[in-house]
Amino acid sequence: MPYDYQPFPYVPPPGLVAPEPRKRVVIVGAGPIGLAMALELARHDVPSVVVDDNNVVSVGSRAICWSKRSLEILDRLGLGARCLEKGVTWKVGRTFHRDREVFNFDLQPEDGHKMPAFINLQQYYVEQFLVEACEADPLVDLRFKNRVIAVEQMGDHAFLDIETPDGEYALETEYLLACDGANSPVRHMLGLEFEGELFEERFLIADIRMEAEFPSERWFWFEPTFHPGQSALLHKQPDQVYRIDLQLGWGADPEHEKKPEVVIPRIEKVVGHSEFALEWVSVYTFQCRRLREFVHDRVIFVGDSAHVVSPFGARGGNGGLQDVDNLGWKLAAVIGGRADAGLLESYGRERAFGADENIKNSTRATRFMTPAAGMERVFRDQVLALAAKAPFARAWVNSGRLSAPCTYPLNAPDDTRLPPGARPGMVAPDAPLGNGWLMERLGRGVALLTIGCTAPEVAGAEAIALPAEGQIAARFLGGAAQAIYLVRPDQVIAARWCTADPSAISAEIETLWAGTA
Amino acid sequence: MTLIDTPHLAEHDEFYEELLAAHKGLSAEESSALNARLILILANHVGDIEALREAIALARA
Repeated sequence: MPYDYQPFPYVPPPGLVAPEPRKRVVIVGAGPIGLAMALELARHDVPSVVVDDNNVVSVGSRAICWSKRSLEILDRLGLGARCLEKGVTWKVGRTFHRDREVFNFDLQPEDGHKMPAFINLQQYYVEQFLVEACEADPLVDLRFKNRVIAVEQMGDHAFLDIETPDGEYALETEYLLACDGANSPVRHMLGLEFEGELFEERFLIADIRMEAEFPSERWFWFEPTFHPGQSALLHKQPDQVYRIDLQLGWGADPEHEKKPEVVIPRIEKVVGHSEFALEWVSVYTFQCRRLREFVHDRVIFVGDSAHVVSPFGARGGNGGLQDVDNLGWKLAAVIGGRADAGLLESYGRERAFGADENIKNSTRATRFMTPAAGMERVFRDQVLALAAKAPFARAWVNSGRLSAPCTYPLNAPDDTRLPPGARPGMVAPDAPLGNGWLMERLGRGVALLTIGCTAPEVAGAEAIALPAEGQIAARFLGGAAQAIYLVRPDQVIAARWCTADPSAISAEIETLWAGTA
Repeated sequence: MTLIDTPHLAEHDEFYEELLAAHKGLSAEESSALNARLILILANHVGDIEALREAIALARA
């Protein structure tokens, strides 16, 4: 059964009748990022209004690969199990050159994590789950068919004009979060522009439904015989839907390429038969660009409105959810008076760092996939040629380095006797804990983890004593006898010690809320 | 300086001859591809990003 696109109800907003009180937060855009943002803020007791010009989930699969980190974030929002149940779990990727497999990878070679490396799940399902969770949350006021037509910065708040089927109304909000996508109308209204690189390359993406048996893996071809000289990607999604990406070249005419009579013969060549139904087709241009600043007074950009990358590497939707992860606790602390606005600057700084890493990786993959004529092409082709002969070259084949959270460059206490996979700035590694998982214990307030020692007496952090055994010991102690980890509300390690005075820990807690690490 | 730019390969004359021999009979395009493969193979063998950066800088100087 094709996905049933049910329109969400439009309800005339109260602002049409009488002015509404100033909102804490208005979120523009009910895509995965805006909806997750509302739920994350609600977890921190912050109410928000979400406005969207549309009233239906994403048409077409769009973002399909959800990373381990995204699943951990969605799990905090109560949607982890639902996404896992519906999604196709995969961790193996295979790369082909012409008809020969040159390389394969296993993204999660170790066990002891609640979440798998990746699942494939159409964006429309993720949005549907998020909408349902928002509708069940009294702190989220979700307004479909509410289109922002004007934005103004007012010093201590932002002013919005909103258009509905019943006319226009105004809203004031302390903070406006622009989660309105790559073509962000809010960004345009503020006269802000992206900086960065636009690649002269076009890709066709198509969702097809077929009853074929295909492994839950990512298959990528360079110069396949079914699509000579270009590249192609095939991914399995739930409901017997498959996603196919085909490089078209810059000369391609997008409108022509989207016609079924053009698309279908191309896909027949990929899958080798015509027993499929075409569900959705789109053509896109690669770009790797971002806003210079993500925080503009009372308007904050989150997700694709702040940065866009080419899709190979699954760094768009996943990068956006990491923005949500980073911003939620900080904005809640500023609104609640626990922190001053400087903490929001650390959102801009840290996520610009994350965006740059995504852009760097995405740009590298794009150049490998679509090399310029001349030496760039020669080196690319010779890496592929060597990959069939020499093991070292297989790792050099770049069909997208898949999304992993960046390590924030924190200036924080560290002890290098402790394991490199749990350094300050990294998301705390998950591990089995009791009948559950460590991740389930983190993610609301500040946590102080102790392993192999008792927690020093400090205020402002929840002390969690962990057993110095098994995967906890391997991931947090390494060869050390004891350790203390300070963990932020976004599950990122803020500092770590083998031994520490309470005063040193308290100082790092203050630094954490000041956003100055 | 990590890169060795002082004499390090005693059999340089032999290598030079063998390098030319490897290119014998190849078109300019095939030679370019061979050189690219050699660079990639040797870079992996060197395995030292600083030395490789210095090699690129020396080659471009």
